[in-house]
Amino acid sequence: MNKTGGTIVEPTIFELSSPGRLGVRMPASDVPETALPQKNFLRSELPLPELAEVDVVRHYMRLSKFNYSVDGGFYPLGSCTMKYNPKINEDTCRYPGFLYTHPLQPIETVQGNLALVYELQEWLKEISGFAGITLQPAAGAHGEFAGVLIMHAYHKSRNDTKRTKMLIPDAAHGTNPASAGLLGMSVVTIPSDARGNVDLKALEAACDDTVVGMMLTNPNTLGMFDENIEKVVKLVHDCGGLMYGDGANLNALLGIVRPGDLGFDVMHFNLHKTFSVPHGGGGPGSGPVGVSAQLADFLPAPLVGVVEEAEDDVPPLYGFVTPKHTIGRMKAFHGHFGGGLVRAYTYIAMHGPDGLKDISQYAVLNANYLQARLRDTYKIPYDRICMHEFVAEGQFEGSDVRALDIAKRLMDYNFHPPTNYFPLIVHEALMIEPTETENKDTLDRFADALIKIAEEAKSQPDLLHNAPSTTEFGRMDEVKAARELVLCCWLPENYETMK
Amino acid sequence: MTFIPISPNERDAMLKTVGVKSLDDLFDAIPKKHRFPKLDLPPALTEMEAAAHLSEMAQTNENVREHMISFLGAGAYNHYVPSVVDHMLRRGEFYTAYTPYQPEISQGTLQAIFEYQSLMTNLTGMEVSNASHYDGATATAEAVSLAYAQFRGKRKKIVISPTVHPQYREVIQTYSQGMGLEKVGDDESANAEAGPEALMSHVDESTMLVVVQYPDFFGRIHDYTKLIEDAHAKGALVCIVANPTALIMLKTPAEMGADIVVGEAQPFGIPLWYGGPYLGFFTTKKSYVHKMAGRLIGETVDSRGQRAYVLTLTAREQHIKRERATSNICTNQGLLALASALYMSTLGKTGLQQVANLCYQKAHYAASELSKIDGCDLCFDEPFFHEFVLCCPKPASEVNEYLLEHGIFGGYDLGQDYSSLQNHLLIAVTEMNSKQEIDTLVEVLKEMSHE
Ligand SMILES: Cc1ncc(COP(=O)(O)O)c(C=O)c1O
Repeated sequence: MNKTGGTIVEPTIFELSSPGRLGVRMPASDVPETALPQKNFLRSELPLPELAEVDVVRHYMRLSKFNYSVDGGFYPLGSCTMKYNPKINEDTCRYPGFLYTHPLQPIETVQGNLALVYELQEWLKEISGFAGITLQPAAGAHGEFAGVLIMHAYHKSRNDTKRTKMLIPDAAHGTNPASAGLLGMSVVTIPSDARGNVDLKALEAACDDTVVGMMLTNPNTLGMFDENIEKVVKLVHDCGGLMYGDGANLNALLGIVRPGDLGFDVMHFNLHKTFSVPHGGGGPGSGPVGVSAQLADFLPAPLVGVVEEAEDDVPPLYGFVTPKHTIGRMKAFHGHFGGGLVRAYTYIAMHGPDGLKDISQYAVLNANYLQARLRDTYKIPYDRICMHEFVAEGQFEGSDVRALDIAKRLMDYNFHPPTNYFPLIVHEALMIEPTETENKDTLDRFADALIKIAEEAKSQPDLLHNAPSTTEFGRMDEVKAARELVLCCWLPENYETMK
Repeated sequence: MTFIPISPNERDAMLKTVGVKSLDDLFDAIPKKHRFPKLDLPPALTEMEAAAHLSEMAQTNENVREHMISFLGAGAYNHYVPSVVDHMLRRGEFYTAYTPYQPEISQGTLQAIFEYQSLMTNLTGMEVSNASHYDGATATAEAVSLAYAQFRGKRKKIVISPTVHPQYREVIQTYSQGMGLEKVGDDESANAEAGPEALMSHVDESTMLVVVQYPDFFGRIHDYTKLIEDAHAKGALVCIVANPTALIMLKTPAEMGADIVVGEAQPFGIPLWYGGPYLGFFTTKKSYVHKMAGRLIGETVDSRGQRAYVLTLTAREQHIKRERATSNICTNQGLLALASALYMSTLGKTGLQQVANLCYQKAHYAASELSKIDGCDLCFDEPFFHEFVLCCPKPASEVNEYLLEHGIFGGYDLGQDYSSLQNHLLIAVTEMNSKQEIDTLVEVLKEMSHE
């Protein structure tokens, strides 16, 4: 069935189905048969596809070829840290001892898992300068929610109930205000100054005894490290507020500075950005949260701790502990253990302190190199040494070419486009984050392509308006998708009698 | 320098282009006294050393394939995953891409997730599915947010069955702290053993949502049709937390009239992995789609007239709505949605039915043999699928200790969550449990009851 009327490039799994075709089969039952429940408890039909194994493999192979990926090429998607994901991670996270352990096993039988979680907690504390940490949250936004709940619980525990305002810079990611909104807080937007720092005057004016805290991304989404960070932290603390750090940009700071040392009280990590957990086509991620000592009692439960100290030759016994004033549980079981924590652990173990510093130094070098190469062609509205990413304007005087057109044209040059239209404070934003895992040749080819595209924007703007033209698919009719709202497909109506 | 492909010469040339002398000079904006901390971390391992070290950690565990016989379920199930699933997941084109913001070069992910949405709607009988949630518990909490948004905060009561997974109820508690909800139905005094009728007395004109589980946490199959009719008569919505393996066999929640069907799709192609990452599914009626959280993929055409797929109705989401969004979710469980689509496709209708039937048959054989043991009884008379409650002659914690000594994870000790069920084990049986394993469990329990 083809509701929207386009020609079919790859049939859906439902269209590929044929009545009676068998896939992987299960063994026969080895127990005496029991009658099924009465008919009124059973479903009457199961309208799911029927395919052979080879049909499935070919279908997904064809689909995979429609995807751009980090393994396939340069993916400078700002704010997302699309670094190369080491292949060894894919092996370690599938060791049988990790794959086949049930979350409710007795702790004595999963000491390997618990030791890994415990050590990773300790490592992330050391890297970030925080006193306590939870690895439970499933992604960055989930960690933000946990962090905001912790801030809320802290004020409440002090009977400081008039605090309802969250200060959030105008450059912030949408998840920041959305997280504060989940607790009914009102969001006060703080502007940025001409150098891309928090506007101190505006911040000072907003600071009063109704402030829960401030959610700050630093380096911010312009890629700028706030030059007044200590003043910002002091203003917020002086009015009794807490500092939340959005750690999405931690790839700039490993071994460079610890957010905890700067006075941040809470921060989420994105293990799928900084610590090489692959992005999976949109997750799973992992979003641990670090907190200062005064907030440690509010962390989500349970945490992994030492429940019996080590003795002579006997290693410690790891188990679960519940913080005294916990905000509760963020999800079932213990966080994204296999797909998240094991990969991040492997990655940190292979870097050590010097290797981690290398990551951030080269991530920052690569971004600055690209910025330097593009500066004469694209306007860089906040032009100073950047951290791991920078934002350029995707528009030219006297031209109707937009950032979107430039992004689409980059696909014709075989690159994934940068993030566009974010942060909201830059017109026609192109947010470029190369990461440390790209070599100079790639960066040069990318800069050359962007410079060429700027020329094309003047000489042949339709090349950009109509881009991409070399990819398998062209631009999409997004309005049609939203208007017709075809959100699923089914087996054909005459399915049982066909073929 | 493990994964950094830049030579010293290239580095120097790049520094020159940037206009600084050294890498350290790039960090002048950082307060000097905190710049370049010495991190106290173990020295770097090579790949070979890291592989050995992690392998050793993994081997410290007792796992349910190589060492232990397991009857643990309670929200995470040991199923066979066809080989194809992981082979396809390991394609870099899938696992090293991100959220398909650029549809022209992301049709692989987009079509695969569209197909996942379609598989889930066909399985539950509902009209729409989102692209995924973090897990079953957070999907359930998001159902509460949907209902809250639907009534614009004017109805504030939710009725939760005490036989919804205890951890899911905890997560609802955490998530709803900003809503000022009244929660009833699952407090300490509630009779956990009662059926769905018992909930009805709580439902009134201020009720926004009723949450029940199917099969319930004790494994029982209830027909919720009557409960849903009654709840609808009071204007409330009903959310069913469902097990996908059970749905292969059982009457669909849609047939019972459910408004929202959520659950944990880990049983569909995702390893136990010590609890995560798993896959929350979320399906509902089309009329609630604008209040639904999470990503959504819709069909359209491209500029060349080809059928294609895009992220749609994004105006619901945090990057547009910001503080007014009903959810803050951004990154979800993309790769695991692909895993479950692969699982459903590879087994297909017949293979899935075989899995469901094996679970049912083996669980019933186990229940019937266990109930013959002196002092052991099945706790409930209602029909069940692949999980049931065994009432033992001793506290379940002691029974489990005894079984552990014999290489068996006996089941989930319900006394941890229900003070009246101290002697009760929740036992799950899947296609992975052979008759011999079940017989071993029975033998060991017999020995115990004779001691
Ligand atoms: C700055 C920033 N904050 C928060 C998030 C949210 O993280 P996640 O997508 O893991 O929920 C993102 C990522 O998308 C981000 O770029």
